Amino acid sequence: MPRLICDGREIQLRAGQRVLDALSDAGVDVPSSCRVGACQSCLVQATHGQPPAESQVGLKASLRAQSYFLACQATLTDDLEISLAGTASLEVPASIASVDRLAPDVLRVTLEPQQPFSYRAGQFLTLLREDGLARPYSLASLPTEKQLQLHVRVVPQGKMSTWLDSGNAVGSSVRLRGPAGDCCYLPGTPTQSLVLVAVGTGLAPLWGILREALAAKHEGGIELWHGGRTPEALYLSDELTALSALHPNFSYRRCALESRGPSHVPIGHLDKLLLEAIPSFAARRVYLCGDGGLVQLLKRKVFLAGAALQEIHADPFL
Amino acid sequence: MSIYEDLGGSAAIDTAVDVFYRKMLSDERVASYFETVDMDRQRGKQKAFLTMVLGGPNLYTGKDMRQAHAHLVQRGLNDSHVDVVIEHLGSTLRELGANEEQIAAVAAVANSARNDVLNK
Repeated sequence: MPRLICDGREIQLRAGQRVLDALSDAGVDVPSSCRVGACQSCLVQATHGQPPAESQVGLKASLRAQSYFLACQATLTDDLEISLAGTASLEVPASIASVDRLAPDVLRVTLEPQQPFSYRAGQFLTLLREDGLARPYSLASLPTEKQLQLHVRVVPQGKMSTWLDSGNAVGSSVRLRGPAGDCCYLPGTPTQSLVLVAVGTGLAPLWGILREALAAKHEGGIELWHGGRTPEALYLSDELTALSALHPNFSYRRCALESRGPSHVPIGHLDKLLLEAIPSFAARRVYLCGDGGLVQLLKRKVFLAGAALQEIHADPFL
Repeated sequence: MSIYEDLGGSAAIDTAVDVFYRKMLSDERVASYFETVDMDRQRGKQKAFLTMVLGGPNLYTGKDMRQAHAHLVQRGLNDSHVDVVIEHLGSTLRELGANEEQIAAVAAVANSARNDVLNK
C-alpha cells in the first residue's frame, strides 16, 4: 500500500481510495465541490513523488509543473507527500461588494479583489469562504472591469448560495482561486459565425464572452440563446435585447420549458428549438454553458448537426 | 506516399475524424459503443485509429488494442461491429476523395487489427 503524507503526518489510505476521501476521513479539511475533477476546488500540491497523471488533467501547465493536482481524482500507486500550505499562495483576497437579484433564484455577486486577479472572459474561479467552503463560479464580468461579477443560482440546500442570499455575506472577506477553464472568445476568426447557448446561470460566462466579442468588433453573426425553466428565469433579457438593437450582427433568442400564464417567450425544449432554428452547425463556433446534463446533450446534437468537435466549447456545470 | 499524406496529413484527419465519429454515433448498430460523456477523449482515440489505418505515425501496439477494447468485448463487441466500422471508414474516405483502391488498402489494415480488437 502506498503511503500518503500530508504536512508531515501519515494519512491512512485504503486500497483504491481517493486522496480527497482519505484526507477527509483523517479530519484534514481540503476545500472541495464537484468531486469529479472539473471545478478544481480540491487542488493540493505534491512536495515529494509524482501525482497521478489523471489528477492533473485540465490544470494549467504552470500548476502541473509545480506538482499541483486534484485530490478528488488521485488514487495512489506510489508514495506521495503533499502540503496544504502552497495553495494559499494561489489565492487572492477579496471582499463581497454587493449581492443583488437578477431572477427569482439567481443572484449577481460583485467581488472586489484586493490584489490583481487576471482572467479571460468566460473562465471560472473558485470562491472560498473564510471557513474553507469552496464553490466554482463562472465569471460574468470582463477583465477590463474593476470588479468581478458572478451569477449564482440559489440552490435550496446549497451552503454557499444560501449564505450569499442571506444578507450576511455583503462586506465579508473571501478568497479567490483560479481562474481556470478555456471557454473563451478566440479573436483569430472575426468572420466566423458564433452560437452561444446558455442554460440557466450558464449565461454568466457567455455574458462575458458576448461582450468581449462585440468589443472586439466581431464581424460574423453572433446568436445568443438562453434557456430557462420559466420566462422569469431568463435574466438580463432587457440588457440583451438592448445589445441586439445596437449590434445588427447580434441576435438574442430565448425559450422556457413552461409558463404559468401567457408568455411572449417561446415555450419548448432548448435543444429542439435550437436545432429547428439552426439545422446545420457546420463552420460555426459553438459555446454551450450551464446544466451538465443538458450541455452534454446539446454537445452531441450540435456535433451531429455538423459542428466540428474542436469548434464546440462546452462548459458543463457539475 | 501513404494515404495519410495523400489525403492531407493531420489536418485532413481532423476533418475525417468528425465525419467518421458522426457516422458512428448516428448508426444504432454501433452507437452504444461510442456513447460517452467525454466526447473529446473519444475523438482523440478515433484520431489515433484513423491515423494508424491510413499509414500515419502509429501509436498503437496489439497489446494496447486488446486492453482498450476488452471491456467492450465483454459488452458484446463482435465481428459485425468491426464490419460496421470498416464500412463507415470506407464511406468517410470516399467523402474525402479517396479512390476505391486506397479504401480497400485501408480496410485491409483495419482488418488486420480485428483479432486484437476482439481479443481473439
